Amino acid sequence: MTFDTLKCSATLENLNQAIEFVEEAADRFQLATKKKFGLLVAVEEAFVNVCHYAYPDTEGVVSIACGADSETFVVEITDSGAPFDLLSLPEPDTTADIMDRQIGGLGVHFIRTLTDQVSYRREEGNNILEMILHKTEGTPP
Amino acid sequence: MTIQTTKEANATVLTIAGRMDAVTAPEYEKMLNEQIAAGESAFVIDFQGLEYISSAGLRALLATAKLLKTKNGQIRLANVLGTVREVFDISGFGSIFQIQDSVSAALADLG
Repeated sequence: MTFDTLKCSATLENLNQAIEFVEEAADRFQLATKKKFGLLVAVEEAFVNVCHYAYPDTEGVVSIACGADSETFVVEITDSGAPFDLLSLPEPDTTADIMDRQIGGLGVHFIRTLTDQVSYRREEGNNILEMILHKTEGTPP
Repeated sequence: MTIQTTKEANATVLTIAGRMDAVTAPEYEKMLNEQIAAGESAFVIDFQGLEYISSAGLRALLATAKLLKTKNGQIRLANVLGTVREVFDISGFGSIFQIQDSVSAALADLG
């Protein structure tokens, strides 16, 4: 699988550019529209997380790589911040009522729910979050 | 994202269009907080033109709804459709907010 990669500084100003990059790749690789909209939410969550937490004292780079084969579409989001596995965070209570509902924790829930498969790895000083989607709707994970 | 404000007899209607994401959600929160500070206590948020919402958008909705509840205010959502509806459903927000099919139904529900 070959990947198209966008590298930019990890700031919210670049969020739209990152989302447009993934959307363009998803269209080119024919990811089903409904899956694409879910993926774009998941990508935003992962990107924003890197912007907020990966480089607390410095500026840093985030890279977004998109690739596909005949059946799957893959997005990898990479930063070189301190080791951090987003997927280690607990699931939010999505049944709490309005006053008990916590503000945080939803981002990782969206990443899990809106992708078919998601994994974290630490490789050569980088955090890599890999999200995989089956290109057609209704394919079991 | 654009926000249009309309005063109805029993509520303020905010019509939101575009994308409510990590960049734009703070604008929504700021506007609602200002209206609440100015004494408004009943709101209908019309999502007819909203194309996209992320967790940052949901967080802004939740924060303002909590503030409003402490002031005995009320909020209704209208026209939560498509991808936006899907995000509400998987986050559980579909059951913590009172959602109506139209602005007129939301206004009627506020009484």
